[in-house]
Amino acid sequence: MSDRVPSLNTEDAANARRQLRRRRTQAFLFVVPLLVFILFAFVAPITTMLFRSVHNPTVAELVPDTLAMLEDWEGETLPDPAVVTQMAIDMKRMAGNRTSGKFADEINRALPGMSSVIKSTARGLRRADDAELAANGAEMLLAENDRWAKPATWRAIRSAGQVYTSSYYLTAVDLEYDAEGEVVMRDTQIYKQLYTKTLKMALIITGLTILLGYPLAFYMSQASPATANFLMVFVLLPFWTSLLVRTTAWIALLQAGGVVNSTLIWAGLINEPIELLYNEFSTILAMTHILLPFMVLPLYAVMRGIDASFMRAAISMGSNPIGAWYKIYLPMSLPGLSAGALLVFIISVGYYITPALVGGTDGQMISNIIAFHMQVSNNWELAAALGSLLLILILVLYWLFDRFVGTDNLKLG
Amino acid sequence: MSRLPDYYTIWHKAGHYGLRIMAGLVLVFLMMPILVIMPLSFNAEPFFTFTQGMLSLDPGAYSTRWYQEIVDDQKWRIAIRNSFLVGIAAASIATVLGTLAAVGLSSPFMPYKRVITALLLSPMIVPLIIIAAGMFFFYTQFNLVGTFTGLIIAHAALGVPFVIITVTATLSGFDRSLFIAGLSLGASPLKVFWDVVIPLIRPGVISGGLFAFVTSFDEVVLVLFLAGPEQRTIPRQMFSGLREQINPTILAVATLLVVLSATMLFVLEALRRRSARLRGQE
Repeated sequence: MSDRVPSLNTEDAANARRQLRRRRTQAFLFVVPLLVFILFAFVAPITTMLFRSVHNPTVAELVPDTLAMLEDWEGETLPDPAVVTQMAIDMKRMAGNRTSGKFADEINRALPGMSSVIKSTARGLRRADDAELAANGAEMLLAENDRWAKPATWRAIRSAGQVYTSSYYLTAVDLEYDAEGEVVMRDTQIYKQLYTKTLKMALIITGLTILLGYPLAFYMSQASPATANFLMVFVLLPFWTSLLVRTTAWIALLQAGGVVNSTLIWAGLINEPIELLYNEFSTILAMTHILLPFMVLPLYAVMRGIDASFMRAAISMGSNPIGAWYKIYLPMSLPGLSAGALLVFIISVGYYITPALVGGTDGQMISNIIAFHMQVSNNWELAAALGSLLLILILVLYWLFDRFVGTDNLKLG
Repeated sequence: MSRLPDYYTIWHKAGHYGLRIMAGLVLVFLMMPILVIMPLSFNAEPFFTFTQGMLSLDPGAYSTRWYQEIVDDQKWRIAIRNSFLVGIAAASIATVLGTLAAVGLSSPFMPYKRVITALLLSPMIVPLIIIAAGMFFFYTQFNLVGTFTGLIIAHAALGVPFVIITVTATLSGFDRSLFIAGLSLGASPLKVFWDVVIPLIRPGVISGGLFAFVTSFDEVVLVLFLAGPEQRTIPRQMFSGLREQINPTILAVATLLVVLSATMLFVLEALRRRSARLRGQE
C-alpha cells in the first residue's frame, strides 16, 4: 500500500487483467469436467433427437441407384423403363438381404397400402434370374402388381428417398404433402387433438392442485411453527415416495376389486364395481395426487412470509373474508401460486409413466404416443419430431417460468 | 390455533372451520393412498382390498407371504441389487462432478454463469420421454444401450441438477474469506478446497448425493428405453408387474420403498438442520 493516490499504470492494468483472467480460468476449470460429461450424456442425445426428426437416410441407403435415376423423372408419367428395371434389381437384392420389410415400412408411411405390394413383389422377384432381370426387369416388376404402373408409387419412393425431410414435422401436426407436393390436411387428425388433450389434462391437473393445495398451504402458513412442521411431513412423505409406488397405490385403490369399489359396494351405494381405472379420470386423479406437493411447497414458502395481521386488519375493519382475501392476500401469494402452477403444468405436460399405467386408451398423453412410436411402430423419426415439438413447448413454458418466477427460487424439500 | 377474534361473525367462524376441514381432507388425500397399501401388503389373500378377516383383526388374515415372495424370487433379488449398483455409481459420478461444478459456479469470477447453470440444470426440466428417446438414438452409436455403463451415465446426468442445487445452496452461506485466509497462509487452492471448503459444505454434498441416488433409484423411463434384461431395476420390475399381471408382491415392494423414502426424508431433514447450524442460522 502506498500513501499516494493510487493510479493504474499500464503495467498494473495488465497485471490486474491477468489476475482476473486467471481467476476466471480457475473458476471455469472446476466446471469443465461436468460440462464435458453433460455435453456427452445429455446435450448430444437431445441434439441427436432433433437431428433425427429431419434426417432419415433409410430409403436413400436401401435403393441409392433407383433414386439417382429418378432424379430426372418429371413425375407425371411412368418413369423410364431403365429406372423400373433398376427398381426390380434393387427389389431382388433387398429380398435377398432381408431389407425389403424395412423398405416396405418406409414407403407405406408415404403411401398407405404399399407395404403388402412391396412384400409380395419381393417374394416374387427373390428367385428371379439376374440376366433376365437386367433384360426385362421393367416388365417383371409391372407384372407383379399393377400399383407399380402408377406414377404416385414412384413419387412416394422419390419423396421417401430424401435424406432431409420436413415430412415428419408435417405428420406431427396432422399435415402431409399431397400428390402435387402441396401441404394439405391429413385424413386422420390424431396429433393436434392429442396435443390439445394433453394441454387440457395438464390444465385440469394444475387447476385441481390449486384448488386442493391453496387452502392447505394457507392453513399451514397460519398454524404455529410446530404444527406446520408436523403437517409438512404429510406433504413431504408423498413427495419423496417413488411415483411408481403412488401409482401402484392408486391401482390398488381403484381396481374393480379394489378398496374404493368394495367400500362403495359395502356401503350399498353401488351393486356392481364401477370402472374407475384405465381412463382419463384415473390419470387425472393419480397425477393430481403425485403433483400436489409441487404446488403446496412453493405456495407455503411464499405464504409463510405474508403477515397474517393484514387479513385480520381488513376483517376487523368490516371487510368480509372473501373480499379481504381477494384484495389483500391473493396478490401477495401470487408469486407462490404462479410458481406452483407453472411447475405443475410443465411437469404434467411431459408426463409418461402414470398415464401409461392407469390411463387406458383415453387417458394417454403426448409422451405415450412418442413412446409408442419409439417402441411399437418403430417410426423413430416421427417420435423425434413429436418429441421436438414437445421440447419446444416445455422450453417456452420454462422461459415463462424463469421470467415470472425466477429459477433461483427453485428449492428442494 | 388460538381463540378466534371477537369481531368474527358466524360466517367468519364457518370459514375458519371450513378451512380447517378442507386442509385436513387434503392431507388425508395426500397420505391415504400410501397408508392403504401398507396393511394391504400383509393380506393373506391375493386381493387388493381388505378382507372380512383383516377388518376384524383376525391374525390369520394377515401374513408375510408377499414379502417372502420378494426374497424367494430371483428376479426381485437381481432387481434390488441392480438398483443399488446403478444408484450408487450414478450418484457418485453426479456428486463428484456436481460438487466441483457448484464450487466453480459460485465463484464471482465464473464466466457465462447463467448459460452454464441453465445447461447443467436442464436434465431436470426436459421431459424424461424426450431424454430417453434422445439417449436411445445417441447411445446406440456407442453400443451403450443395454449396458450398465449406459444406464449409469444416463442416471448420473439426471442426478446432476440436484447436486448443483443443494451444494450451491450450502455454498451461498459459505464465507469466501475463509478460502482467501487459507491461501494467504500458504496452502494450495486444492488443499484449501479439501481441508476447509469440503468439511463445511459436506451436509449439502451428502444431501445432493442422496437426491441423486433417490432419483436413480426411482427412475423408470430411461430404464425402459436404455436397459436390457440384464439391467432390470426395482422400478422396471414394478412397471412390468403393473402392466402384465398385478400381484400383491408389488404392494410389499411398494411398502418397503415407502419405508425407505421415509428414512431418506429424516436423514435429509437432519442434514438440512446441521447445515443451517453450521452456517449459524439456527
